[in-house]
Amino acid sequence: MSTATRERLPESSTIQQGPLRKPPTWKSPIIMGVLGVVALLAFGLASNAGDTSTFGMSTGAQRLQIPALVLPTRPAAIVLSVLCLVLAAVAAAAVRVKRPVPLAVPIGFAALWLLAFLVWSMAGEQVPLPGLLGGTLLLSVPLVFGALSGVLCERSGVINIAIEGQLLAGAFASALMASVTDSLWIGLVMAPVAGLLVAVLLAMFTIKYVVDQIIVGVVLNVLVVGLTGFLYGRVLVQNADVFNQPGTFSRIPIPGLIEIPVLGPALFNQTIIVYLMYVAVIVTQVALFRTKWGLRVRAVGEHPKAADTVGIKVNRIRVQNVLLGGVVAGFGGAFFTLGSVGAFGREMTAGQGFIALAAMIFGRWSPVGALFAALLFGFANQLQGTLGALGSPIPSEFMLMAPYLATIFAVAGVVGRVRAPAADGQPYTKA
Amino acid sequence: MKLELRGITKRFGSFTANDSIDLVVEPGEIHSLLGENGAGKSTLMNVLYGLLQPDEGQVVIDGERVHFDGPGDAVAAGIGMVHQHFMLVPVFTVAENVMLGYEYTKGGQFLDHAAARQQVRRLSERFGFDVDPDALVEDIPVGVQQRVEIIKALARDAKVLILDEPTAVLTPQETDELIAIMRELKQSGTSIVFITHKLREVRAVADRITVIRRGKVVGTADPGTSEAELASMMVGRTVQLTVDKQPFAPKGEVLQVEDLSVRDDLGRTVVDGVSLDVRGGEIVAIAGVQGNGQTELVEAIVGLGEDISGSIRLQGKQILGLNAKEIIDLGVGYVPEDRSHDGLIESFTVAENLVLSQHDRAPFGSGLLYHPAKVKARANELVGEFDVRTQGVEATAGSLSGGNQQKVVVAREMSRPLKLFVASQPTRGVDVGSIEFLHNRIVAERDHGSAVLLVSTELDEVLALADRIAVMYRGRVVGVVDGDTPRDVLGLMMAGVPEQDARRQAAEQGPTALTVQDEEARQ
Repeated sequence: MSTATRERLPESSTIQQGPLRKPPTWKSPIIMGVLGVVALLAFGLASNAGDTSTFGMSTGAQRLQIPALVLPTRPAAIVLSVLCLVLAAVAAAAVRVKRPVPLAVPIGFAALWLLAFLVWSMAGEQVPLPGLLGGTLLLSVPLVFGALSGVLCERSGVINIAIEGQLLAGAFASALMASVTDSLWIGLVMAPVAGLLVAVLLAMFTIKYVVDQIIVGVVLNVLVVGLTGFLYGRVLVQNADVFNQPGTFSRIPIPGLIEIPVLGPALFNQTIIVYLMYVAVIVTQVALFRTKWGLRVRAVGEHPKAADTVGIKVNRIRVQNVLLGGVVAGFGGAFFTLGSVGAFGREMTAGQGFIALAAMIFGRWSPVGALFAALLFGFANQLQGTLGALGSPIPSEFMLMAPYLATIFAVAGVVGRVRAPAADGQPYTKA
Repeated sequence: MKLELRGITKRFGSFTANDSIDLVVEPGEIHSLLGENGAGKSTLMNVLYGLLQPDEGQVVIDGERVHFDGPGDAVAAGIGMVHQHFMLVPVFTVAENVMLGYEYTKGGQFLDHAAARQQVRRLSERFGFDVDPDALVEDIPVGVQQRVEIIKALARDAKVLILDEPTAVLTPQETDELIAIMRELKQSGTSIVFITHKLREVRAVADRITVIRRGKVVGTADPGTSEAELASMMVGRTVQLTVDKQPFAPKGEVLQVEDLSVRDDLGRTVVDGVSLDVRGGEIVAIAGVQGNGQTELVEAIVGLGEDISGSIRLQGKQILGLNAKEIIDLGVGYVPEDRSHDGLIESFTVAENLVLSQHDRAPFGSGLLYHPAKVKARANELVGEFDVRTQGVEATAGSLSGGNQQKVVVAREMSRPLKLFVASQPTRGVDVGSIEFLHNRIVAERDHGSAVLLVSTELDEVLALADRIAVMYRGRVVGVVDGDTPRDVLGLMMAGVPEQDARRQAAEQGPTALTVQDEEARQ
């Protein structure tokens, strides 16, 4: 009686007064306010008055060199904390007039709060800012590809838990094929093919045979882990110089853009895979929200029956999107091998596919939102590495938790209203 | 455009939903398809709209045979459909919904929102719809959503517009407006297929009427045909449309609701300070358009609500805060509005469903034990008494027709002594024959001395049964009036107009399309 379940909802919700949207809760302004006060007290007022925190502003690749930024630790942390409190107030004002809190507020808050934390913990030290940002970007690349894959699938109504497996398959295939053919480019092309193969299985079982989407996703992840692990142990390790030495893409500095202070070297001195990511985010964003195709995809994810009655082939669109999602996640997989490490390792994706799902939710199922959410997770991760190197007052074990804590907070709804596509996870069958 | 259906047959397994149906819709005519729930009207229209493929028969447009693989083909051929459950994406704007599947683009693939808005405004002005193209569909009232559906069809150049039970969600006034819109569309040359089971509306608006029963066309009629005749065509035997009812003789107060408010899980107040009394031996009906707090009010009374304040007393005893089982044991019977969800367990047998609230006590259970033989014996009695048409008490409840499922629910609730009987939409989706039976049982329960609280969105049902009528609008009781209050007064009250104003306005406006029939009937 699944049809009865679905038809029941519109009936009982036809109340004729105003929007059905859930009013925003005070949860997020309150949490932001408390964290802001903590930052003010702990990072600002508690730090030593005389210390300075120094940010390097340029890299050797730039012609224009900017002197390092020397910030007095205490005032800088206070200013950042106060800015956090201002954002908390903005969120409170939005809730007060029953408006949803804009996504930029919690993301901005998190970034400022982490900066305040950074300034405090690097008192008396120097950190190169372009390096910090560049590292953030690199750590977020697989998350962005994974989250884009999730957005493509879930906007059409199919939950893709298999992102992890698609990333891993992409990483494996790109390393193997690039090594065997001795061409990074062939490796880069094979990564999306591997992601696609996983997606074919996902589409077949979830859409054609209407198996539970979560279960299929989990099984596919296990399948890919097992398969790549087996081949890695039996083939790649035995003969690593033939099968597992793909090398990495070199960085391509973009003339002109690289001269942008601070951001230039972070954003525009990267490998082809990172540039591909920029393109993917922009294309997906525009395509989803500005084109005919996107309108149809979103309709299929929200109300497939309505889409069907205007002649849209629901399951065809879903299959297309799941396959497209596999391709995108496959590219993300190539980053692990060809974009950073230069070799495949067993289970090297280490749960990034799941963090990517969190980034997708945090980013409210939009490509640009997912990008910023992924960058935030990347920043938390990068911070942990940087502070570990500085010998920060916080134990590095705790810092290792930071990105995951951020994820839990994000997914627990601190970021405000999150609404999945209405038909997300529901198979569509006629009559 | 002339539309013909020739010999359409559609089977689902061994069940024949449409049995060689012929139907001709002339250009510019309002053709009413009349039939009970389950008669095959919707199946026929889904075949016409390309959602289902017929097993036999053909669709002919202007003399040419056509074949629809999907709704897209039907739309291209000039057929538009307004579904009973609207096919609108709630998070899209009106303009986006209108262009979905038929997008206005610029530069190849990019959406042209300006053109879509323009189209919505043009059609909206032409028919006086007052629809904002940039409003989100989830933010606009149901009546306006229906207009969006009509605009959607017209934007695709529909020559034949199918309206599937369009008045189910409307107030009587909105229904009048819809009838005016239908007439205007007819003037502009659009043919309309109007699907309904409401005789009154058919007579008000149709040019021709085709009656369908059990998947077959049983005849055509013109709008002058009396309601009684149409009803007997629809059901296949003479039906009594009015309920025989003795004058009511109320006893002491049984249910006293005072200042009751209910908030839903989104924190909105859906029942707002309602006070209401029901005495023994009377039927109080709650009238109102679906979704104005009736469901939540009733659920609060039977112990299913959550965030409730105020007071509910049963014969003086406070029952707010008791759970459903405690309230059942105090002698409250409840027929929920969604029987397949809340009234029955479809995979259980008829016998099991008939003792659902009594399974744990004598004679059906004792201690940890349950006595199937006694349950079965009792079920056989009740099936006979309530005329449940089933293959046997061991058949699953899910295998029964809607009307018979409802009889099972009512039989269970009435099979024990009651102080209060609460029935929510007791005849929704039930065939006319069963409606008659259920109405008589409800009146019998009243005459037996129980207090009866009836919730119905069907004004006909309210007027047939109620001794007093409480009209709800946006969670409040607009007023409590006598059972013989005129239909147009009730209609205005259902739109929130207080009783005095409603009576005055109704007197000023004179009879509407639907109430004029009452006048005829009286003469």
